Amino acid sequence: MVLTREEVQHVAELAKLGLTEEETETYREQLSAILEYAAILERLDTDAIPPTASVLPLTNVMRADEPASSLPQADALANAPSATEGYFQVKAILEE
Amino acid sequence: MELHELTIHEALELLRRSEISATELTQAVLDRIVDVDNDIKAYVTLTPETALEEARKADELRAAGADGALLGIPLAIKDNICLEGVPTTCGSRILESFIPPYDATAITQLRHVGAVFLGKTNLDEFAMGSSTENSAFFTTHNPWDLTRVPGGSSGGSAAALSVDEALGALGSDTGGSVRQPAALCGIVGIKPTYGRVSRYGLVAFASSLDQVGPLGKDVRDCALLLNVIAGHDPQDSTSLDAPVPDYNRALHPEIKGLRVGVPREYFGAGIQPEVETAVRDAIQVLVDLGAHIGETSLPHTEYALPVYYLLAPAEASANLARYDGVKYGYSIPDAPDIWGAYRRTRQHGFGAEVKRRIMLGTYALSAGYYDAYYLKAQKVRTLIKQDFDQAFQQFDVLVGPTSPTVAFKIGEKIDDPLQMYLSDVFTLSQNLAGICALSLPCGFADGLPVGFQISGPALGEETVLRVAYAYEQATEWHTRNPPIQ
Repeated sequence: MVLTREEVQHVAELAKLGLTEEETETYREQLSAILEYAAILERLDTDAIPPTASVLPLTNVMRADEPASSLPQADALANAPSATEGYFQVKAILEE
Repeated sequence: MELHELTIHEALELLRRSEISATELTQAVLDRIVDVDNDIKAYVTLTPETALEEARKADELRAAGADGALLGIPLAIKDNICLEGVPTTCGSRILESFIPPYDATAITQLRHVGAVFLGKTNLDEFAMGSSTENSAFFTTHNPWDLTRVPGGSSGGSAAALSVDEALGALGSDTGGSVRQPAALCGIVGIKPTYGRVSRYGLVAFASSLDQVGPLGKDVRDCALLLNVIAGHDPQDSTSLDAPVPDYNRALHPEIKGLRVGVPREYFGAGIQPEVETAVRDAIQVLVDLGAHIGETSLPHTEYALPVYYLLAPAEASANLARYDGVKYGYSIPDAPDIWGAYRRTRQHGFGAEVKRRIMLGTYALSAGYYDAYYLKAQKVRTLIKQDFDQAFQQFDVLVGPTSPTVAFKIGEKIDDPLQMYLSDVFTLSQNLAGICALSLPCGFADGLPVGFQISGPALGEETVLRVAYAYEQATEWHTRNPPIQ
């Protein structure tokens, strides 16, 4: 499994991760090597095996619908680089 | 004996007899940190003022007749576990200025029984690594040989404890991050059963694998810590609603007739011969104590590494999407639009290994590859879990080496991710199966500690602790100290 530079750039864009030219090449080589190693999984016939997402025998976990104290707004915003009027402030997402 | 050299249970005895105060004890450990931490670099953040304040309160409470399970005991906390008001960096630039507004549940429980918090310990960034070399700040040094790594990712907690910079510590274990550094630093560490300890306030790495776990100077100290942090938490819907036994009661050195399995896959190629010798000797000690030893097989062991390195990064890529420069401090906003700000913040805020895993996980989850990688890995995870289910029908515990080698040199594996990942080859599958496991010292190779891993079924902590305690009582490895004065 050898990745192309374009595939690496596509994945970086999905992850919203900026990469330098050098990083792109390094990750192309390293991810290719790791995926090649992972190909040993193909030796196993897993058609009849169910996937395990969690080891717990849990389905939905419900709590009583009772009001309880929550984090004050000021505390929730305290770490934000930029906040205004009780909200996180971000750059415009939609163009005008 | 100096106060910082005490175990938790020894210190509790002296505190209860009023022979020492929590303030003296905490001051002695803080002095020890000043003496050695320039060389070890175990701590990212120290909180001496609040620690002494907590110690004074503990002394007052004790004078008034109180006796919490850890009243006045100074602890080190891995820096991915939230303490209200204390920076929690996860060893990452992107959380360098993050100050949590609440305590993790494990911390709340420790506070409740009177523990004292010395500070936050170094780790591989977001707990991704096996050496602390991936910390954005500095590498922690192994007290047994300063040119070597302490293991990881809980390397700061393990190193601190092995050189008496704390009486006990918390770490987290997603694929061996408590057990491997415990092994490489010559102390004891437990990865509890998945769900045994609340994950609330543990910064998420791979949510189906992460567990908070105690590190101790001996088995009894680990049991004391686990007693406090185990239990159901409504704030963590994956925590188990199962009764918590008194783990101290598991500590009796009688294992006659106990069935101990030795998986043959744990002694394959890649294991350092001296490590194998030490572990085989440890197994002989269990035979001498009357345990029934038998060979067994976990046939899918070799697949644990690729399964882990697809599933853990996949979960991490989703968990780490929250670090976008909007909510937690580090931000590079000077980009033309929000997408550019995300890209730049994440490019500069994350280190190389974290970016590598985000890339790998995003790839494994992406359209066209989901079935071939992510789903395939989840199916093989089922097979790995079934291996353990079958083995535990025949055996009470399984034993083997914790890590295939002793501590390696700083810089030795940092440019070869696959070689680094192989350091965890014996510890990954327990997380994938959700079972419990413990590492304790079983000898030395070239003057460096070797770890012996004891794995038990889900909620089998009592049996694991019992075997570990029996072994520890029969040997002296846990009494050795690194050559740091």
